[in-house]
Formats: sequence, C-alpha cells, structure tokens
Amino acid sequence: MSTSRKRSFGEWWFRKGRFGASHVLLVCVAVTTLLPFSWMVLASFKSLDEVQGLSPIPSEWHPENYTDVVNSKDISFKKYYFNSVFIAGWVTLLACFTSSLAAFAFARLEWPGRDHVFKLYLATMMIPGVVVMIPNYTLMVALGLLDSYIGLIVPAAFTAFGTFLLRQFMLTIPRSLDEAATIDGASAWRIYWDVILPLARPGLIVLAIFTFMGNYGSFFWPLVLIKSEHLRTLPIGMLYFDSMYGRQTNLIMAASVMCIVPLIILFIVMQRHLVKGIQLGAVKG
Amino acid sequence: MRSKRTAVITALCFLLPNFLGFCVFTVGPVVFSLTAAFSNWNLMKTVPLQFVGLGNFVKLFTEHEFWLYSINTVYLMMGMPIAIAASLFLAILLGQKLRGIVVYRTLFYLPSFTAGVALLILWKALYNPDFGPINVIIETVLGWLHVSSVDAPTWLSSTKNVLSLGVEKVGLVAGQFGLGARDAIIMMGIWTAAGGGNMLLYLAGISNIPQELYEAASIDGAGKWAQFRHVTWPQLAPTTFFIVIMSFIGGLQGGFEQARVMTMGGPAGTTTTLSYYIYTKAFEEFQIGYASAVAWVLFTVIFVVTLVNWRFGSQYVNE
Repeated sequence: MSTSRKRSFGEWWFRKGRFGASHVLLVCVAVTTLLPFSWMVLASFKSLDEVQGLSPIPSEWHPENYTDVVNSKDISFKKYYFNSVFIAGWVTLLACFTSSLAAFAFARLEWPGRDHVFKLYLATMMIPGVVVMIPNYTLMVALGLLDSYIGLIVPAAFTAFGTFLLRQFMLTIPRSLDEAATIDGASAWRIYWDVILPLARPGLIVLAIFTFMGNYGSFFWPLVLIKSEHLRTLPIGMLYFDSMYGRQTNLIMAASVMCIVPLIILFIVMQRHLVKGIQLGAVKG
Repeated sequence: MRSKRTAVITALCFLLPNFLGFCVFTVGPVVFSLTAAFSNWNLMKTVPLQFVGLGNFVKLFTEHEFWLYSINTVYLMMGMPIAIAASLFLAILLGQKLRGIVVYRTLFYLPSFTAGVALLILWKALYNPDFGPINVIIETVLGWLHVSSVDAPTWLSSTKNVLSLGVEKVGLVAGQFGLGARDAIIMMGIWTAAGGGNMLLYLAGISNIPQELYEAASIDGAGKWAQFRHVTWPQLAPTTFFIVIMSFIGGLQGGFEQARVMTMGGPAGTTTTLSYYIYTKAFEEFQIGYASAVAWVLFTVIFVVTLVNWRFGSQYVNE
C-alpha cells in the first residue's frame, strides 16, 4: 500500500514536479534577467525627481522624455542612428563579399600553400584587438583618414573570423556540384556566384548579423577615430550624452532604450538563424 | 601545366581582396607594433624617435601600476567560472523537453545580445549608491532587519573587494574587505554572460548527447547527479574546452568598455585592466611605443595561457 503510494508520488514528481521545479528556477532566472531592463524602461518615463525616489512605477508617465532626447540641441540622436547603421551596413556588405571570396578560395579551390595561409588566418584570431589597433590608428593618422567614414569602415571590413566561418560552411556543400558545373563549362566565378553562394546563404546570413551587430555596437575603434560631432555613432554619442547629462538619469535611460530597441527587434526576427550560427561557430575543423 | 597556372591565378583573384586587407590591417600592424614596442615613439613628438631596446619592458615590470592592473585583470576573470557554471546549469534546465523553451532562451540571451555602452550606462545607474535601485533594496532590507551598523556598499566608487586586496601595496590589506567596484563589474558580467553564447553552445552540446547513454546509466541505477557526473559532464568536455579557451582569451583582454564607460579606471585605478591601461597610454597620452610594449606583454600572456590550456585541455578531452 505505502510502496504503491510512494511510487505514484515518485511518478508524479518525475512527470510533473521535476518539470515544475525547473520552471520555478527558470522563471526566477528570467525575472533576474528582466529586472534591470524593466527598471530602465520605467525610469525612462519618470520625472527627474521620481527617478531618485523609491517608487518603481512612475506616478505620472513622461513620454516626452523620448522627444526631449531626440530633439535635444546638444546631441543629434537621429544622426547617430544614421551613422551607426550606415557604417555597420557598409562593413557588413564588404565583409560578407570579401570573406565569401576568400572562403571560396580556401574551401573549393586547389592551390599550393593554401593550408599554410589558412593557418595564418586562424592564428591571427588570437591576437588581442589592442595590438593591431595602435598601428592601425597611426596608419589612419598617416593617411589622413582620422575622423572619416572610410577610416571607420574599411579597417573593419576584412575579418579572418568571417573567412573562417564561411569556409567551414562551404566545406559542407557536396563537391559533386562544382564538378558537374565544371563539366558544363562554368567558370570559377560562375560556380562561386551561381552554385556556392546561394547554398552558403545560411552562413552568410549568420555572418551578416554578427558583423552588423558587432559594428552597430562597436566602441573602441570609433572612440579613438572620431573627433567631430557629426560622425559620432550611437555608442560614442551615448558616452558623450552620459557625460553631459550625467544627472538626468531619466533622459539617459530613454536614450539607452532607444539604443537597444533596434537590437531586440533584430534579435527576435533573426533568432533562429543566430542560434544556429553561434552553435556552428564552435564546430572545429 | 598551363591549366594549373590558371587555377593558381584564379585562386589568387578570389583570395586577394580579403588577403590584402588582412595584410594591411592585421599582419602588417602586428609586425609594426612589435617594432614599436622597442622604441620611444610618441605621437606628440616631444622627444626624437629612437630605439630603446628593452627599455619599455624594464620600465613596465618595475612600475607598481602594471602589477596592480594585472591583478585587476585577473580579479575580474574570477567571474568567468561562475558565469560558465551558470551557463551550463541553464542549458541543462533548458535541455529538458520543457514548454516555452524558446521564450526562456530568448529572455536569457537578451543581455548578451544588447550588451554595450547602453547597458553599461544602465548598470552605472543601478549601482548608484544614492538612488540606484540596488542600494534602495539593500537599505530597505537592512531597515527591516534593524541593522544600523552595516552600510550598503558604495559599489563603483569603492576600492573594497571580497579578497581584501590592497591598492597601494600588492597583497592582502585589513579593512579592504567588502563589495567594491571590481565586484560590481563581476556581478554585472555574470548577469550579462550567463544566458549568452556559452549557454547556447552547451545547449547544442547537450542535444548531441546520445539518449542511450542516459538510459544505460539509469539502468545501472545512476541518479540525476551520477548521470550528470558520468554522462553529461564528460560528453560536454569538448564544449567546455572550447568555452574555457575562448573565455581566457576574452577575459585577459577584457574590462576596457566597463572601465571607459563606468569608472574611468577608478577608484584609485582598481578597475583599470591591462587593455584599458594600453588605451590610456596609446590614445590619451599618445605613448605609442610604451603602449605597444604593454600590448605585446598581454599578447604573450594570452599566447602562453592558450598553449597551456590546449596541453591540459586536450589531454582531458581525449580521455
């Protein structure tokens, strides 16, 4: 009698309770994750006095905080948005193009020294960013590209990581496709453009999202390169905004919300590709 | 013969755009910065440019700052194992066939996806000792408990730390125990990273473990913990290996954004990591030679640590 009751409890626990306990834990973690975000959103609708107060919910909602930020005379938020998207867009386009060309050479073409050159690419992925940032900065100074769109875009457009990622992806495409195309008299360019690129699209999408995200939020390089106000990207603009309006937490939180909302939308739209891409990046080979 | 030559030329054409950029912006700079590390190059040109041999390195290793900043860098890396363990724990929870996994996964991934200046500014406000919600909560709880002898931490403006490390003097110093700027950055880092890329990697690793292994283990009478210890953990060894190596590489060059946005390296230099130190030397004081020397020391450390990880790690993975 008692054993059967025990077993049925055990079964219940196994079926429902264990999962129930997992859900409780997961909800706790989710709440911890969301609390800072909720505070940010709520603070962005508060009056300045209330931000410093105890009540978590604003007694009066101030959506005009957002228009105040956008229309502020000291900062041109719209311009920062444009700069971030413009720079990240160009870097993404260039990086996807040059990386896919190089990945094609590494994955689908035969040439002497190929694997040595690829190892060199891999080895440089370990070099800390700051080691190359300093000479790149002096190079930009020498070329007169300090404080210019070209200086912000071009050095970021050649990534060893992108080449590596796309090579891994192209290696999974069956060889017989190239061979069939070669027999049909297709040139290497046609094979690249008409056969391999369409099949490598999931990889390209992942690289595009990563590159765009990385450059939208890029901090170090724009920080050292940008001197004039009209070239500032969102992160740099945020930094100056924060130092100028340091006491006006409600406005700063409104600006922060506007910074991350595009990211959240992008993430929700692209999340299936992204999750796959991150997991792909770890596949050794 | 001719067709082979065309093949090589074709390959070069494909490689060239990326390879040129790679040489100009990566390989060239590496060689260049190694040369600069042995010079007194200063962009303000106050002194004639000359090679100083090991001068930069001698100066570096004899100054107190370098050691303090190295300690800071390592201190901030203490959050790494906690974050990795949290990622593994969350992945195991999500690895069960539960409802709403995608919702949880999206929520957990949010901080690492939106990480950047905006979130650092947010945390600066959260940690504000006067009106930040963290101290509001702590003070409320202390009030309930009628504790008046304990003050809430001042977080980003405090040099205290849980290891009780000193500032002027390398080593343990009484009275330094508490929660300070470095601990604040660690806690923020764990919040950011726990549900991030590492959790997704573990999740992928877990879904690749053959279900038969668990069935065999439970037939042998293994409980949940024994199953984790003898099936999940060893099966995830390659994933852990990858994550640990990448975390060391990232951790050793970390701390720059936090320092620049939240603390300017303070208080008393306690949140200055090596990468922030290099930044200040190169881009605020324009001492390119000296900054390059520090950068190369950092690079060497990363290289050696990665090699050691590789040695020990691959042994363990192949077991």
